[in-house]
Amino acid sequence: MIKKLTSVAEMNKIYESARAAQATLEEQTQVKVHLGSCGIASGADKVLNAFNRELDILKLHQTTRDEKPGVIKIVIEKAACIGLCGIEPTVTVLVPGKEKAIYFSVDEAKVKRIVREHLLQGKPIQEWLLDLKAPRMALQETRVLHNQDLDPMEIEQYISRGGYLALARVLSQMKPEEVLEEIKKSTLRGRGGAGFATATKWGFVRSAVSSEKYVVCNGDEGDPGAYMNRAVLEGNPHSIVEGMAIGAYAIGNVKEGFAYIRAEYPLAIETLSHAVAQARAFGLLGKDILGTGFDFSIDIFPGAGAFVCGEETALLISIEGKRGNPHQRPPFPANVGGGLFGKPTTINNVETWSDVPQILLQGASWFTNVGNEKSKGTKTLCLVGKINNPGLVEVPLGIPLGKLVFDIGGGIPNGKKFKGALLGGPSGGVIPAEAINTCIDYESVAAQGAIMGSGGVVVMDENNCMVDIVKNSFLQFTSEESCGKCTPCRAGIPQMLAILDKISRGEAEMTDLDLLNQLAEMITATSLCGLGQTSPNPVISTLRHFREEYESHIIDKKCLAAICRHLFKSPCQHTCPVELDIPGYASLIKEANLLKLMH
Amino acid sequence: MNSKVQKLEEIIKHSATAEELAEIERLVKQAKSRGIGYGGKVFGDIQKVIDETGGKAGALIRVLQQAQGMIGYLPTPVIATISRDLKVPLSEVYGVISFYHFFSMKPKGKYVVQVCMGTSCYVKGGDKILDVLKRDWNLEPGGITADGRFSLEIVRCLGACGLSPVMAVGSDIHGRVKTGKLNDILDSYN
Repeated sequence: MIKKLTSVAEMNKIYESARAAQATLEEQTQVKVHLGSCGIASGADKVLNAFNRELDILKLHQTTRDEKPGVIKIVIEKAACIGLCGIEPTVTVLVPGKEKAIYFSVDEAKVKRIVREHLLQGKPIQEWLLDLKAPRMALQETRVLHNQDLDPMEIEQYISRGGYLALARVLSQMKPEEVLEEIKKSTLRGRGGAGFATATKWGFVRSAVSSEKYVVCNGDEGDPGAYMNRAVLEGNPHSIVEGMAIGAYAIGNVKEGFAYIRAEYPLAIETLSHAVAQARAFGLLGKDILGTGFDFSIDIFPGAGAFVCGEETALLISIEGKRGNPHQRPPFPANVGGGLFGKPTTINNVETWSDVPQILLQGASWFTNVGNEKSKGTKTLCLVGKINNPGLVEVPLGIPLGKLVFDIGGGIPNGKKFKGALLGGPSGGVIPAEAINTCIDYESVAAQGAIMGSGGVVVMDENNCMVDIVKNSFLQFTSEESCGKCTPCRAGIPQMLAILDKISRGEAEMTDLDLLNQLAEMITATSLCGLGQTSPNPVISTLRHFREEYESHIIDKKCLAAICRHLFKSPCQHTCPVELDIPGYASLIKEANLLKLMH
Repeated sequence: MNSKVQKLEEIIKHSATAEELAEIERLVKQAKSRGIGYGGKVFGDIQKVIDETGGKAGALIRVLQQAQGMIGYLPTPVIATISRDLKVPLSEVYGVISFYHFFSMKPKGKYVVQVCMGTSCYVKGGDKILDVLKRDWNLEPGGITADGRFSLEIVRCLGACGLSPVMAVGSDIHGRVKTGKLNDILDSYN
């Protein structure tokens, strides 16, 4: 039975006991099966069952603390996703005194051999092991993702890593201003989009005059190609809870927080709900937290599937139970009249909240010891698309794109040429291969016409057609997701889409490109909210970096990637250097009409 | 929003007509027999949600989510009852339902097939999955198979981009879907 913690001293005591329990655990051989959504989709739960079955057969399960000497006891544990999405399911094996070993692409058949050879005989199966010294792992700096090897359902495991100590220290030893000052020193910037300084944002809400204020966690991660927030929600939920509580204390007059999580992430909603319930049971949420007189609770609001609700004003109005139509700013959410229920509100991304406890625990200087001049700390990124090692990574801000794609990502499959990487989803832009040295930080990415966004990096190779991607994957998307409130977005995006359609059919003229440009500028300048304002970004960015591709569609009626199917009969003929009628040629071979073939 | 919600039975008694009640019961039975929704005491459960969230933030969306979870979709009489109960105009309830993708006023299949057309999946050929579904199952986005087994939706990013192209059948996510294997995957759902 959990005893509610009523003082900071009790918190420290439970930290000590959790750490001791963890240390005892680490004296055993541990097998951690990583059960994120991707892992489960790849069969991680079957692997978990297989391990349990295997150990049952061999009677190796850790059941009691008083084990007989000479008998290996093994603990099977559930853990969160470690981001190796392309090679799931993954399993970490920890043998005391030995190096950590991670097996990838594990299936039930492999489990047998792992148990018998690695666990019983102490011989790791080298060919199935991930090379932890390879750049893929070695170049990463895991901070937000540092608890992914723990069971996210167990609050004690989070506490054993110093979890909630930051909250305890903040509540008992720091004034709200001091907390704000520490965040300011860390130069933490919003991890969900434009990179606005978090301390400034909190400061606005703090100075707004109101007896009631709110904090909100934006977990409506809707950018196609981005799922880092899901991984944090599923893997390190307590860091978000703790971060929000600290933020609430720093801002003042906040009694309630909301976590808006998109409905497409059922496991994330479940994990975070469980974390909130556990924190409440431990007295880390609720009334009079740790006996300090501070009250704070978190309510989870599952979204109902609307991309525009990632926009802050739309998100707030959605929490109020209405259509998620954004409204004009000002008033900003931080102002009186602009936030949730009209009260001043701060909205931060999942990852931003998750960064907060560690900044307070380890200090701002620890946080700023990685990153580059203007962008400090780490960022989780999703490397997806045409890449050898797709997955979730956490790197220091400022890492060059090339390093990310080729060293960590392992380059492009099948020896194809790297064409560009899309950053920032439908609001972002493409960084072309020529700019491969662009550093991944807020300013450098913006200078290339893309945005950091939430951190999705979709890699494209020579077989991807820019016109096609912009049309089918971005504008199609934003035109469907436009809420329809303002005309530039509602009517303008379909117009851009129609021009792109013309281009992909080879029916466009060069003047259409100017029209496209004009439309893009108009929509950017006059749309109401971020969705509309940024929706032309992929068009502007590809017109800037890949204009020749648009031109070849218009002038030569050619799609060099052989994607736009209205332009050709067959991909081979379309890209054939001697312009041979290959389908005709092949059918003549079939008919064995050698005479005609000669001609 | 009204924080003091009346007991549902009372509301139904005075606000739902006998025909509406009969219709709701029929629809719930139908949904159950087709295996969609989780059934249960629909009104008791909806009432619980209303009691818990009534007057609180987002009551309408939460109640609708719950109702749809139970019946599988949102039939008109149910919407009418919720509207009266929460004292939200029917037009506003409809506005919310039509705004969010999650809500549907049409029955869905026993298994909802979601094909991801997010950037990563699109780049990896997610559209080819749609082609096969159209060709072999006569299933188009928004449509449902004749036997009610599958309905098809296009989604933008299920957040499993590392496994692109991705398709979800019910609550199972299938990664790296090959068009050749597609029919085998669907055949395994009965």
